[in-house]
Amino acid sequence: MNKTGPGKIALTALKTLFKKPATTEYTGKGSPEVEKHYRGRILYDPTTCVACGLCMRDCPTGAIQIINEGTKEDKKLVAILNVGKCIFCCQCVDSCNKNSLSYSQDIDFAMTKKEDLIIKL
Amino acid sequence: MHSDNRITIPIGPQHPSLDEPGRFDITLEGEKVVNAVIGVGYNHRGLEKTCESKTYVQNLYIIERVCGICSHAHGTAFCMAIEQLAGVTIPKRAEYIRAVVAELERLHSHLLWLGVACHEIGFDTMFMYTWRNREKVLDILADLGGNRVNYGVNTIGGVRRDIDADMVETIRKALDALEEETKHYVEIAYTETTLISRLKGVGVLSHEDAIRYGAVGPVARAAGIAHDVRVDEPYGAYKEIPVKVITDTHADVYGRTVVRILEMQESINIIRFCLDNLPDGPLSVRVPRRIPAGETIIRVEAPRGENIHYLRSNGSDIPDRVRVRAPTEANWHGMKHMLEGGYLADVPITIAAIDPCYSCTDRAIVVKSGAKTDCYDWRGLRQYGIDWYKKRGIDVTALKV
Repeated sequence: MNKTGPGKIALTALKTLFKKPATTEYTGKGSPEVEKHYRGRILYDPTTCVACGLCMRDCPTGAIQIINEGTKEDKKLVAILNVGKCIFCCQCVDSCNKNSLSYSQDIDFAMTKKEDLIIKL
Repeated sequence: MHSDNRITIPIGPQHPSLDEPGRFDITLEGEKVVNAVIGVGYNHRGLEKTCESKTYVQNLYIIERVCGICSHAHGTAFCMAIEQLAGVTIPKRAEYIRAVVAELERLHSHLLWLGVACHEIGFDTMFMYTWRNREKVLDILADLGGNRVNYGVNTIGGVRRDIDADMVETIRKALDALEEETKHYVEIAYTETTLISRLKGVGVLSHEDAIRYGAVGPVARAAGIAHDVRVDEPYGAYKEIPVKVITDTHADVYGRTVVRILEMQESINIIRFCLDNLPDGPLSVRVPRRIPAGETIIRVEAPRGENIHYLRSNGSDIPDRVRVRAPTEANWHGMKHMLEGGYLADVPITIAAIDPCYSCTDRAIVVKSGAKTDCYDWRGLRQYGIDWYKKRGIDVTALKV
C-alpha cells in the first residue's frame, strides 16, 4: 500500500478536516450510545423471580442482593445493586433460571455520594 | 554508585519501558551493560489465593483479569481445566468462537506491541498507524463481547456470546482492511533501513540460549524454535484449524518484530478459516457446580507465548489450588542475558521486546535476608506491627479498622 506522495497526503488531510469527530458528545442527559452487547444497568423483573438466590451466589463481587420487603405470604421482592461493586459481567443474568434479570445499554450511573451508588433495580 | 569506572543506573520502578512497575539495576562500563539485575514483584495481587476462596463461576472473572491483554487466553485455559476435570465436551461452535476471539486477541496484542516497540525506538508514525488499526480489532471485540478488553466470552462449558451472520460480515470487512495494513507493516519490516539497523543485533537470545532459559512465544520463535502450543498440543478448534508456525533466525529484537508481524497475517487467515467453517449448534453445555476431585494442567498459546494453568479440585465448588504461569514469567529468565553486552540506549526496547506483563508474572515473593528469616502467621504479623509502632511511641491498638 502506497501511503506516501503529496497528493495522497493532501487528500487525507482534507478528508480528516471534514470528518466527524471520533469522540461522542456527552450532554449529561441520557445514556450515550454504546455497543450492541454492552452490559450496562441490570434490569429486574420481580414477577418471575422465585428468590432462589443463584444470582447472589454467583456474583463475583457480591454486588447484587434480592430481598423480600413484604411478608412470607405476600412477597414483595426487590433487587438491590451496589454499582460501586458491580463489574457488569452479567453472570447474574446468565445464572438466572427464570430470566428475571437482563441487561440494558444504560451506563449513566455517576453519583456524587457513595451511598447513592446502591440502587434499587 | 560507582566503583572503578563502572556506574550502576537504576531504571524504574516507575514504568521503565511499558506502563507497569519493574526495577532494573544496570551496571555500565562506558555505554555497555556489564551487569543487569532484574527486579519484579511490585504488582503482587494475591490472585491465586483469592481463587481458593471463591467458587469456580466467580473465579472466571478473577482469572480473566490476570492480564488485560491476554484475558481470553487465561479464561480459556481455566475453563478448559474445569471442563477436563468435569469430563465435559463443549460444543464445536463454542470451540470455534473461542478460537476466533483468541486470534482477534492475538491481533490486538501484536498491534499494541508493535506500536509500543516503535514508540520506544522513536518511530511514532508507526505507533499511530498500529494503534489506529488496533481500534478496528477492539471494535469487533466490543461488538462481540460488550467490552474492549475482558470480553467475558468464556463460560464454564462453552461461550456466552454468539457470532451471528451480521457479525461474520463485520469481521470479514474489518479483516480485509487489516490485511492491507499488515502487508504495509511487512513491507516496512523488510525494507525500512532505519528500523532494520535500529533493531538488528539488539537483545540477542540465540537458539541455544532460548532453550537454556526456557523462552516461549515470539521470543523463542524468533530464535528459530518452532514451538507453538496450537501445533504441538492442539486444543479446542485448533485440532482442525491449519496453523503455520512462524519462525525467524535473527534471534534479536528485529526477529521478534518480524515474527509478530507475520503472526498477525497468520491470525487473519485462522479467523477467516473459522468463519468459513463455523459449525452450527448450541453455545454451551451444563457443567455441574461441584467439580470431581482431581488435578490437571492446561497449556494454551496466549499472544505472548505458552500459558500454563494448573487446577486441583477437592470435589467441592471451590478449587483447592489454582496456579497460573503467564508467558512473561518464562521470558524473564533470559532477560539478564539479553541486556548484558548491549548498550544502555537499547535497554528499553530489549525489555519491551519480550512484551512483558509485570502484573501477570507476580505470584509470590520470597525474601531472602541471608542471616535470619522469620516466618509469621497473620496474628503474629499484626502483633509485630503493633510492637514496631509501640517502640516508636505510637499506640495503634485503640485504632478501629
